[in-house]
Amino acid sequence: MITMEHVCKSYKIAKRNAGFGEAFKALFHREYEVIHALSDVSFTIHDGEMVGYIGPNGAGKSSTIKILSGILTPDSGTVTVDGRIPYKDRMRHVKEIGVVFGQRSQLWWDVPVIDSFELLRDIYAIPKETYHNNLEELTELLNLKELLRSPVRQLSLGQRMRCEIAASLLHSPKILFLDEPTIGLDAVSKIAVREFIQKQNEVHKTTVILTTHDMQDIEALSKRIILIGKGRILLDGTLEDIKRGDAGIDETVAELYRAYDIE
Amino acid sequence: MFYKLKDAVRLYGHYLSINVRSAMQYKTSFFLTALGQFLVSFNVFLGIYFMFRRFSGIQGFTYSEVLLCFSVVLLEFSLAEMFARGFDLFPSMVRTGSFDQVLVRPRNEILQVLGSKFELTRIGRMLQAVVMFAYGVSHSSVDWNFAKIMTVIFMLIGGCAVFSGLFLIYAALCFFTLEGLEFMNVLTDGAREYGKYPLSVYGKKMLLVTTFLIPYALVQYYPLLYILDKDSRPFLIFVPLLAVWFLVPSYALWRFGVRHYQSSGS
Amino acid sequence: MKKYLSFFRLSFTMGLQYRAAALAGIVTQFAWGFLEILVFQAFYEAEPEMFPMTMSATASYVWMQQAFLALFATWMMENDIFDTIASGNISYSLCRPIRIYHMWFSQSTATRVSRAVLRCFPILIVAAFLPKNYRMAKPASAGHFGLFVITLILGLLVTVAFSMLVYVLTFFTISPQGVRIVFTSMVEFFAGAIIPLPFFPANWQRVLELLPFASMQNVALRIYSGSMTVTEMQKAVALQIVWLVALTAFGNLLCRLAEKKVTIQGG
Repeated sequence: MITMEHVCKSYKIAKRNAGFGEAFKALFHREYEVIHALSDVSFTIHDGEMVGYIGPNGAGKSSTIKILSGILTPDSGTVTVDGRIPYKDRMRHVKEIGVVFGQRSQLWWDVPVIDSFELLRDIYAIPKETYHNNLEELTELLNLKELLRSPVRQLSLGQRMRCEIAASLLHSPKILFLDEPTIGLDAVSKIAVREFIQKQNEVHKTTVILTTHDMQDIEALSKRIILIGKGRILLDGTLEDIKRGDAGIDETVAELYRAYDIE
Repeated sequence: MFYKLKDAVRLYGHYLSINVRSAMQYKTSFFLTALGQFLVSFNVFLGIYFMFRRFSGIQGFTYSEVLLCFSVVLLEFSLAEMFARGFDLFPSMVRTGSFDQVLVRPRNEILQVLGSKFELTRIGRMLQAVVMFAYGVSHSSVDWNFAKIMTVIFMLIGGCAVFSGLFLIYAALCFFTLEGLEFMNVLTDGAREYGKYPLSVYGKKMLLVTTFLIPYALVQYYPLLYILDKDSRPFLIFVPLLAVWFLVPSYALWRFGVRHYQSSGS
Repeated sequence: MKKYLSFFRLSFTMGLQYRAAALAGIVTQFAWGFLEILVFQAFYEAEPEMFPMTMSATASYVWMQQAFLALFATWMMENDIFDTIASGNISYSLCRPIRIYHMWFSQSTATRVSRAVLRCFPILIVAAFLPKNYRMAKPASAGHFGLFVITLILGLLVTVAFSMLVYVLTFFTISPQGVRIVFTSMVEFFAGAIIPLPFFPANWQRVLELLPFASMQNVALRIYSGSMTVTEMQKAVALQIVWLVALTAFGNLLCRLAEKKVTIQGG
C-alpha cells in the first residue's frame, strides 16, 4: 500500500532573462524563484491497483514519482510504501520497485539487449531460477525473442520500450512506475505495451502507477485517475467521474485544465 | 562482509566487460583515440627534457631524480584514473538525470557510477605512464633494495588513494554546482603536472599544505627523499600509506552530496 | 557580415552566463601561474646565467599567458561543433543561407573572447600588485603595448583558424577524438604553452618560430614582456599575417569539400 499525506516540495531556481544586458547584470546579481512542485498532496493506492497519474508538464508528476521511488525527499508530509519510507530506506525500497523513465534508457546502447539484462541480474542479485522464469515469461509476452540478440542502437523506439519494460520487471517488483511509457511509439507498439501492462497487473497483481499525456492509455488501462495541476490534486476518481456526456477524453481533460486555470 | 566485497568485485568485473564489449564495437576509433592518449602525455616529459638541456639541476635534484619523481607521480595518477575517472562524466550524469537511475537500484552508488562508463582509451595514458615509469626507474642512479622497492609500491598505493579521493570530491561537488568545477583541475591534473618536480621546489608553505591538507607530499616528496638517500629515516617508507586516510573525508563529502541531491532534486 | 556578427553576439552572451565557471577559472589560472613561476624561479636561482629571458619578463609571460588562456588554448574547443558534426545536425545549417566556415569561425572567436574578458582583468590586476619577483611588469613602452594588442588579436585569429581545421577534419575521420587529442597536444607544445620558445635549444627555436604555432600566443606574450628586437617583431607580425591567410584559405577549401561530402553521402 502506498500512502502520501500532506506532502509538500518546493525548489529554488535561478532566473535567467534573455538579452545581452540581462546576461551581464546576472554576473553580479542573480534572482531566484521558488517553485512549489507539490503542495499538500495526499492519496492512497492499494496493492494491485492501476492508477493513471495525469497533468500538464511541470504539474508535479515527476516529483511525485521521484518521491515514491526514494530519489527525492519531500519538504514535509509523510510517505509510506508497504511500511517503508522510500527516501529513508532507499536501498531496501528500490529492490521492491521497478521504474521506467520513458525518455531515458537503462539499456546499454552498443551491446545486445540480453547483456544489459544479465548486468541487471547481477545488480539486483536475482536468484538464477527467478531470473530464468521471468526472462522466459517476459520474452514470451513482450515478443522479445528476436530482439534479445541485437544491439540496442539497432532497435526501433517501440522495440526498445518493450525491452525497457522487461528490464524493469526482471527482479519481480511489487510496484511498477511507468513515466510516459508510450511516448513516441507507433500504434502497434502502443497497443502491445498497453496489453502487456494490463496483463502484468492482472496476473501478478503488480501495482502500476503510470504517468502519460496519452489519454488513450488512460482509457485502455486505468480504472482510477489522479489529476494533478500546479502541485495540487485536482481530481481523484474514475474515468466516468471525469467524462461528461459524449465529449472525448482529450477534450474533457483540456476542459478541466482550463477550468482549473492550468496549462 | 567478505561476501559482500566479493560480490561487489564481481559486479565491477561485469561492468568492465560490458564496457569493453561496447568499446569494441568501434575498434578503429578506439585504437586511434588510445594512441592519441598515449602520445599526449609525452608533452610534459619533453618539457622536463628541454628544461634540463639548459639547466643542470633544480634545488639539488638532478635530471634523473626529477624523472623518477615525475614517472612515479604519473603512474599514481594513471592508476587512479583507471579506477576512478568514471567520475569525469559525472557532471553530465547529474545534468541529464541518469543519476536518478543509479538511485533506483539497490547497489552502492559509487560502484554504479564508476561502472557506467570506463574511459577505456585511457589505457593509452596508462601505457605511457608505464613506459615512463620503466624509463625513469632504469635511468635513476638509485641502488635498489627491498626497502626502496616497497617504498615505491607504497607510493603507488597511497598516490592512487589520494587521486581517487580527489576524483570523488570532484563528483561530490557536482551535486552543488555544475559550473565551478574547473578549479578542481588544479588539484588533479595540476598535481600531476606540477608533481613532476619534488614539492620542495614550490616552497615551505606549499610543503605544509601538501602534507596536512591534501597529502601529495606524503606520496611524493618524503618517500622520494628516502629512495634518493637524502634522508635515511626508515619511517619514511611507510609515510605514503598514511595518505590513504584522505579517502575518509572524500567519502564523507560524497555522502553529504548524495543527501543534498535527494533533498534538492536538481 | 551582419549574420555572422549576430552569431558572435549570441555566443558571446552565452559565454557570459557562466559566472561560477569564470570564478573557478580565475582561481585555477592563478594557481597554475604561481606554480609555473615558482618552477622558473627555482631554475633561475640555480643558474641565472643560463636564463634566456629576464626573470621579470618570464613572470610577465606567465601571467599574460594565464590571463588570456581562453584566447589561445587549443584544447578549449567548441563541443557544440563536434556534436553537430557527429549527430548529423549539420544538415540544418546546410539548409540556411550561411557559410558554415564563417559561422563556426565567428562562434568560436566569440566564445574565446567572452571567456577571456571575464577572466583576464582580475588576473591582470592582482598580478600587477604582487611582490617584485612574481609581479607582472608594465609593458616596455606605449608602442610595445599597441603592438601587443594587435598581435594578440592576430594570434587569436590564427588559433581559431587552426581549430577550424580540426573541426573540419572530423568530417573526414572515423576518430574525431583521436585527431583532436593529437592535434591539441602538438600545438600546446610547439606554441610555447608548456615552456616558452626561448627556453628551447637555439636550433629548435629557429625552426619552431617559423611554424604557425609560434604565431599564436608566442608573439604577443613576448612583445609584451619586451624580449624581442625590432626586426624580430616585424618578422613575427608578417608571419602571423601569412599564416592567418594560409590557414583560413586552406580551412575554407576543406570546409567546402566537407560540405560536398555531406550533401552527397548524407553525413
